[in-house]
Amino acid sequence: MTGEAIAFYALAAVILVSGLVVVSSPNIVHSAVALVPAFLGITGIYILLGAEFVAGIQVLIYAGAITVLLLFVIMLTEGGTGLRLQQRNEQGPVGASVAVAIAVLLIAGVTHTTWGRGAGTLPAYTPGAIGQSFLGTNLLAFEGTSIVLLVSLIGAVIIARKEE
Amino acid sequence: MSWSHELWRAIEGTVLIFSGVAVLAAMFGVLLERKISGWMQSRLGPKHVGPQGLLQTIADTIKLLQKENIVPRNADATIFASAVLVVPLAALLDYVVIPFGTTRFGPLIFRDLNIGVLYFAATSSLVVVGILMAGWGSNNKYALVGGLRSASQMVSYEIPMGLALITVALLAGSLSTVKIVAAQARWWYAVEQPLAFLIFLTAAVAEVNRVPFDLVEAESELVAGYFSEYTGMRFALFQLGEYGEMFAMAAMAVTLFLGGWRGPVLPPVLWFVIKLYALIFVFIWVRWTYPRFRIDQLLNFAWKVLIPVGLANLVATAFFVMVVRR
Amino acid sequence: MVPLADYLVLSAVVFALGLYAVLTRRNGVAILMGIELMLNAANINLVAFNKYAAPGAVQGHIFALIVITLAACEAAVGLALVLAAYRSLETIHVDEINVMRW
Repeated sequence: MTGEAIAFYALAAVILVSGLVVVSSPNIVHSAVALVPAFLGITGIYILLGAEFVAGIQVLIYAGAITVLLLFVIMLTEGGTGLRLQQRNEQGPVGASVAVAIAVLLIAGVTHTTWGRGAGTLPAYTPGAIGQSFLGTNLLAFEGTSIVLLVSLIGAVIIARKEE
Repeated sequence: MSWSHELWRAIEGTVLIFSGVAVLAAMFGVLLERKISGWMQSRLGPKHVGPQGLLQTIADTIKLLQKENIVPRNADATIFASAVLVVPLAALLDYVVIPFGTTRFGPLIFRDLNIGVLYFAATSSLVVVGILMAGWGSNNKYALVGGLRSASQMVSYEIPMGLALITVALLAGSLSTVKIVAAQARWWYAVEQPLAFLIFLTAAVAEVNRVPFDLVEAESELVAGYFSEYTGMRFALFQLGEYGEMFAMAAMAVTLFLGGWRGPVLPPVLWFVIKLYALIFVFIWVRWTYPRFRIDQLLNFAWKVLIPVGLANLVATAFFVMVVRR
Repeated sequence: MVPLADYLVLSAVVFALGLYAVLTRRNGVAILMGIELMLNAANINLVAFNKYAAPGAVQGHIFALIVITLAACEAAVGLALVLAAYRSLETIHVDEINVMRW
């Protein structure tokens, strides 16, 4: 077992266990907190794949900002007081079977295809390469994303504002 | 390198960082704080335990260790206990990318990540989740309010801190802390970027919840904020996390703005330590000089003053790098 | 070297977990958590393909960064909607928000 394989299986175990807690815990605060190890496990997967900049951004934005936002909204709405209420709706078995069916379909498709390997190597300093790409070939996507960010920021502030 | 070697090195590094931070940051930091605050208030600090009071923090830690671990009755025990792990962990993870000096084998850094500055910003943002967990898990309305206010303060001040970090990375051309120290060979970045230095220091003080931004844990306001309900060893771990984070911010400011370990005659590690403790002295001095801000004042200050100024500084620096230096 | 299929299987399982959360949870915030898991699964796929199938370019990383940014936007707007719904309807359980039906 190479070190990479051990790291991959350990990270996959962390991600799957925390993912199970996220989707099936009756306590919503436990679900939100279990997102953090899931995101950190995914960060580890990115580092294994050589994507350091994406890994740093994943921790900064997902584990550091989106989780905080989710916890804020849980604490500002009925949050943990709804603990004893039923957290699953009546479509439990149907939803589970749909999810399992999609997983089986995807896994079957993926394992039965021979994937070709591309040529070349990843650039050594990925932040520089990503920066050059954002201001070069992917400039339109970059500018479009900034506009979407601006619009959603203004929209979120307006929607969540108290009616005075 | 085989994976067992890497694992061993990681364990060694963890033990080293934890014990280093526990001794230098927690022990000396708390002691310095009490002594310096005493001198500034015309009194002596602790002086009975050990020579000149140097062993005071050890005595405090022993006292805290033998106290009872109380968990409030309707508190969520899992979250209450796990919050204690998250805050010091995020604080200790900051030390991985700080270059303490240089030897003839290379820089004295645990891991020279080529996204060093981004990693530092990311691990500082992990503390917020721990604070929210601590505030929620205590089942105490003061702790909850303190936790929410502290989280919003820290999230708001991450942005000016990030802008200051980006400005320095722009000047040095790299996100790696070793390269940033190497790029300060002629002038320190505090001289070239005084505005970014001030913004970073202000945001660092706010990130660590110190005066003048310590509304969330002031005794006259919210008892002790998000860690009101923690006793004994857990309280000690929170304090370790807070002082560790303060020292990490100061160490990063030294690395990015004050030239890291650079200096003429003395060995590099000694210069680093001198600069680090000079910044810690400034932090303690600011604490015992200024009154505290209200929560709306400090949030206004972050969003309406620091962010526009930081952005303007970034644009001006980018202009300078692209046009003037070319 | 870990084969590409392993990463894709992991991503498929995380996607299925997120889908289960979206389909069966009553709490609006829990549904948003499931959506975040699904977006992360897609990101794992993108970055894995970048390393194995097209290592010379960073296109996969760019795509993953844009997806992360848009996920943050969508989480912000979605949570603002949950807050607004809570203020006027006093509930965040999506099967109780049915006042527009006759």
